[in-house]
Amino acid sequence: MQLWIIAGVTFREAARRKILWTALLAAAAFLALFGTGMHFQVSNPHFAKIPPLLRSQILSDILQIGFYAVDMLAVLMTVLTSVDSVSGEIESSTIQAIATKPIHRWQILLGKWLGFAAMVAGYVSLVFGGVVAIGYFIGGVRPHGALPGASFVYLECLLVLTLTFLFGTIFSTLTNGVIVLGMHGIAFIGGWLEQIGTVTQSERLVNLGILSSMIMPTESIWRRASYVMQSSLARTLDLSPFVTRSAPSATMMFYACAYLLAALALALYRFHQRDL
Amino acid sequence: MLLGLVKPTSGNAQILGFPISNVEVRRKVGFLPEDFRFYDWLTPSELLALHGRLCGLTAAQLRDRIPTYIDLVALTPHRDRQLRGFSKGMMQRIGLAQALIHEPELVFLDEPTSGLDPMGRHLVRDIIRGERERGATVFLNSHLLSEVEITCDTVVFIKQGEVIGTRDLRSFPEGEIHVRVRANNLRQEILPGLSQWTSSAQLEGDRLSLSTNSMDSLPQILRYLVTSNVDIFEFTPERLSLEESFLKIMGEDQGL
Repeated sequence: MQLWIIAGVTFREAARRKILWTALLAAAAFLALFGTGMHFQVSNPHFAKIPPLLRSQILSDILQIGFYAVDMLAVLMTVLTSVDSVSGEIESSTIQAIATKPIHRWQILLGKWLGFAAMVAGYVSLVFGGVVAIGYFIGGVRPHGALPGASFVYLECLLVLTLTFLFGTIFSTLTNGVIVLGMHGIAFIGGWLEQIGTVTQSERLVNLGILSSMIMPTESIWRRASYVMQSSLARTLDLSPFVTRSAPSATMMFYACAYLLAALALALYRFHQRDL
Repeated sequence: MLLGLVKPTSGNAQILGFPISNVEVRRKVGFLPEDFRFYDWLTPSELLALHGRLCGLTAAQLRDRIPTYIDLVALTPHRDRQLRGFSKGMMQRIGLAQALIHEPELVFLDEPTSGLDPMGRHLVRDIIRGERERGATVFLNSHLLSEVEITCDTVVFIKQGEVIGTRDLRSFPEGEIHVRVRANNLRQEILPGLSQWTSSAQLEGDRLSLSTNSMDSLPQILRYLVTSNVDIFEFTPERLSLEESFLKIMGEDQGL
């Protein structure tokens, strides 16, 4: 019961954040741009002369770019809205009025986590759904594996959320944000190095990419999402830099899930141990 | 530490007979932090509903108590306003209401009158008296000693985590009484004889300063001085104010 009370108030708190509305505005602007671009592409007279199979593939690649932007927006929004949820409330003493009630510390942290997880689910569904709808209604193209793809994007956001919570129990708000976004940056660079290593058959680059994925698996999750949303033809034609050439294995996804659970357990432990 | 905000490094403690690790006992405890803050988009009614639900109040109890406690802290005209427009004093008042809405047996108030105007301080004093009459024990933590003196029955002085003195404020005869004496023929040799009634005695010329813990000692001290051939011009007993007691017990300011 206590858990859901905290989850409910956190969801309402998160949903009122200006940064969420800013992120929604950014998403709306992106969707408008994306839809316009898709429309221009479809209505281009030269485009109609391209063979239908290739035409469909180009539209699928544009859709992938859309999903990539959704992923980036969702991760940023998750970090920016939740970055001060734990550390900020400790610093401002807001947490004291709650923590002295008949409630366990783990219920406070997990309740907050659930509240943000619900808010992020709403954001991802809305923006991801927007891209799918634009692709379908304007471009007439349907992504492969949209649901598993969206689930992987959501998993990536949950992982970022959990790390933000973990570092929020240890560091100040600003330090927390810098660390989480920095780790995401490492994963991003590592992911590209791995991709390049795959193309150039450089084992050392691939291993470096794998190592960066072990440190921060977010880019691996995105590449898995991208992979399940691509057709095999897209990978064969390789028309876009957003085509995933080396898909992370299922083991890597299990590792990412275990990583998330371990980070959550550590966050609960740290929050339980620390003074408020 | 008693409410679980700070982890003890060693030892154990109980609250209302339960170990402090037992969170359920907090249903019977209310707490107002020194600088009460909460989500500023909530209204007082929503804030009390949230805290009441966390304390296990039913929907019917909340319906009944929320208007009562908002009225108690004189915020009824502001019940539907968001907290972001509240002054520090108004926040303290709604903080006090959240500490009391579940009618706890034990209440901890940390500087409840800081930031309040005289009207607000008067209101808080009345609320604390009301809680005492309801049967609750109220711990008032304050550096405003005048407030403590007006409100509390017993005062405890704590220095560096140790209780170094207590004082019962309910009855005048109890507690330390300071006596100013102006007389002729005051001599050092009479001081040892005073020690049976006094905790301290200081002689400077024709002035003698005494401290005693009992009003009953005063006639005996007076009789002793007279029988010791001291010609008394002035004998003035004064109770030490709480502030003087504080300074005396705490000693030099150590930046505490």
